[in-house]
Amino acid sequence: MTKAISVAGLHKAFGRTRALDGLDLSVATGEVHGFLGPNGAGKSTTIRVLLGLLRADSGTAELLGGDPWADAVSLHRRIAYVPGDVTLWRDLSGGEVIDLYGRLRGGLDRTRRAELVERFELDPTKKGRTYSKGNRQKVALVAAFASDAELFVLDEPTSGLDPLMEEVFQTCVTEVRAAGRTVLLSSHLLSEVETLCDRVSIVRKGRTVETGTLAELRHLTRTSISAELAGPPNGLAQLPGVHDVEVQGLKVRLQADTDKLDAVLRSLTASGVRSLTSTPPTLEELFLRHYAEEASR
Amino acid sequence: MTDQLAGTGTLLRLALRRDRVMMPVWTLLTTLLVVSMPGALGSVYATAAERARAAASMNANSSMRALYGPVFGDSLGALTAWRGGVYAAVLAAVMSLVVVVRHTREEEESGRQELLSAAMVGRRAPLTSALLAALVADAAVALLVAGGLAGQGVRGALALGLAVAGTGLLFACTAAVAAQLTESARAAKGIAAAVLGAAFVLKAAGDAGTGGGRSALTWASPLGWVENVRAFAAERWWVLLLFVGAVAVQAGAAYVLAGRRDLGMSFLPSRPGPAEGRLGTAGALALRLQRGSVLGWSAGFLVAGVVFGGMADGAADLVGDNDRTREIIERMGGQGGPGVLTDAFLATMAGMFGMVAALYAVSAVLRLSGEESGQRAEPLLANAVGRLRWAGGHLAVAFGGSALILLLAGLGLGLGHGRGLGAAIGATLAQLPAVWLIGALAALLYGAVPQYAAAAWAVAGGVLALGWIGPALNLPQAVLNLSPFAHLPRLPGAQALDWAPPTVLTALAVALTAAGLGALRRRDMIA
Repeated sequence: MTKAISVAGLHKAFGRTRALDGLDLSVATGEVHGFLGPNGAGKSTTIRVLLGLLRADSGTAELLGGDPWADAVSLHRRIAYVPGDVTLWRDLSGGEVIDLYGRLRGGLDRTRRAELVERFELDPTKKGRTYSKGNRQKVALVAAFASDAELFVLDEPTSGLDPLMEEVFQTCVTEVRAAGRTVLLSSHLLSEVETLCDRVSIVRKGRTVETGTLAELRHLTRTSISAELAGPPNGLAQLPGVHDVEVQGLKVRLQADTDKLDAVLRSLTASGVRSLTSTPPTLEELFLRHYAEEASR
Repeated sequence: MTDQLAGTGTLLRLALRRDRVMMPVWTLLTTLLVVSMPGALGSVYATAAERARAAASMNANSSMRALYGPVFGDSLGALTAWRGGVYAAVLAAVMSLVVVVRHTREEEESGRQELLSAAMVGRRAPLTSALLAALVADAAVALLVAGGLAGQGVRGALALGLAVAGTGLLFACTAAVAAQLTESARAAKGIAAAVLGAAFVLKAAGDAGTGGGRSALTWASPLGWVENVRAFAAERWWVLLLFVGAVAVQAGAAYVLAGRRDLGMSFLPSRPGPAEGRLGTAGALALRLQRGSVLGWSAGFLVAGVVFGGMADGAADLVGDNDRTREIIERMGGQGGPGVLTDAFLATMAGMFGMVAALYAVSAVLRLSGEESGQRAEPLLANAVGRLRWAGGHLAVAFGGSALILLLAGLGLGLGHGRGLGAAIGATLAQLPAVWLIGALAALLYGAVPQYAAAAWAVAGGVLALGWIGPALNLPQAVLNLSPFAHLPRLPGAQALDWAPPTVLTALAVALTAAGLGALRRRDMIA
């Protein structure tokens, strides 16, 4: 499988702040890759390095087989970028900006542009200063999805969009994936990531802490179990991989590491199980674990 | 009613806090313009007889009347009011209109007002607090002018201070009306500034035609009222009532309009733009973004050229009978010979245009900085646009625009003077190497140390100050030579052209620009 993006050991410091501290990222051609992490984790810095706007202090970055710094202009012909906070020129209409970006990227598909303007319900005649936050995002999204790019770099692209437009956005991503394009999607909307992404990388403090498919990531995390037992539980809390045990009479709630489930269930059945609910970890929990670790340090 | 004004005091404190630098600086500059005048004029016209003769010849000269208005007395105070009154009033007006728009329409346009209005803030509080902020600044101007000129006569000083402050407050109210009409703050400032410009033209036209400030055109202009208060020359206090009336009418209109519209809405709807665009390159975008500013500067330079060109002969006649002025003009413009004073005047004007054009060049180059910090450069450069191409577009507009506005200033000087069109255009275009050098320095600062790019303003301002007042202060030539403009040939009227200095300056400009672009290509976009 070829790589659209491969980044290894990326470092970047701004003065004393270490924005990237050995970040790795690998995105296969044709996949939708979720790029997750708390604010200030280094997501946007990574994207800026990939766009050739920042030069990394050390480490390697390869984008579509080229060097993002040295080959910036020729690579950008094959890339569409949507920032999280789109700023427009006050006196240019949305339509003018879409067409300008299209031409600067080497042309855009007129029919697709018209179709996208309609789907996103964008008024392209309004001037930049009069658009709301969500509508500014739409201008950039139409410009991006009307292009023939091979790689879509989307940095929290749906901030300010309403749920209906969020759905239009998800359809667009599904379409470009079906057309064999690659998408790097940085987002805080976990449902969006869960719906769209094939694989996910989680970054924290400028490093990649997890990467893999959602199923793989789930495997690394805890399952919540609540059970009603026939007899009092015995030695549950001492089992390895068991956390947050709460016992109320015969009712038990606990968290178990997914790879230690077997031993936990054995212990429960030893006491006799009347009812059992087991919930796989949501992406939310996955995250909160990483985010909370960040906060507790 | 009190509900409608709830929170006015808090908003006023917020406004004064936000303007805590701009407002005092502007107030002091406005004050200094008139307060420094008696000393400066006293050194040029030392005796009462000299002053009387100067006043008579000023009043007889229609181009001088157009520029400064009539002289109503031969005391130093009267001359101060004549020379500085209208200009201080213009400065106070600009400050006031900026303050009012800044705290009304700009707050609404940016969305900040929504946040404030959701708190305990009455419907009329934003407009009231903005007008009060302008009132505070204008009252400070009135006090400082009155205090600073009290030595020339308390009554005159008070009259002049009140006239200047009255003009400021009047245009604060004009801006308050304009802010209700348009959706964009920029357009609101534009409308108020256009009214101010029209007021100046009315006054100038009236004074040019009729002496003594008696023309109906002069009376139609608030700036005409400033001179007609006749500070330090049997003051006419009732004229100040005109300011009170105009303020009341306009403020009333602004409140009525504000009461009839929703937050963020306006009476002049903003026009929609095209649904499809024709812009296709970074260069075309740069030209489009800077188009308005190039057109504005072009119109200003052309009109100013015509005005100063028309004054050339009259100015030469005037200074002809004053040794000290002639000496200053000659120091700035060349030596001896018949008809040389007109040439010297034109050369001085050409130099002025050059130094002001340097301000344009800096503003145009620093658009790059604004685009980067406004986060508009980043998505643009994420397209297939190289940094050099992007920056090159803006620099081409800056350097080409400098050439265009100087050409138009020369054209205006020649047309206004009525002869020597080619020489006038040559004289203004000869300023170009120094203008480019300052623009190139801005490009270098932006490319190499973008966070300090604004230092280019200080350089351009310093050069302007050096050229403007340096000769009058008898500064040593070595200091004057720090300005690149000091090395340019004095045109028209230079005996033999020395091509070496302009060539060196141009080469330096090219080198600095190249260095700036090289640095830009290597550095991070800091956004």
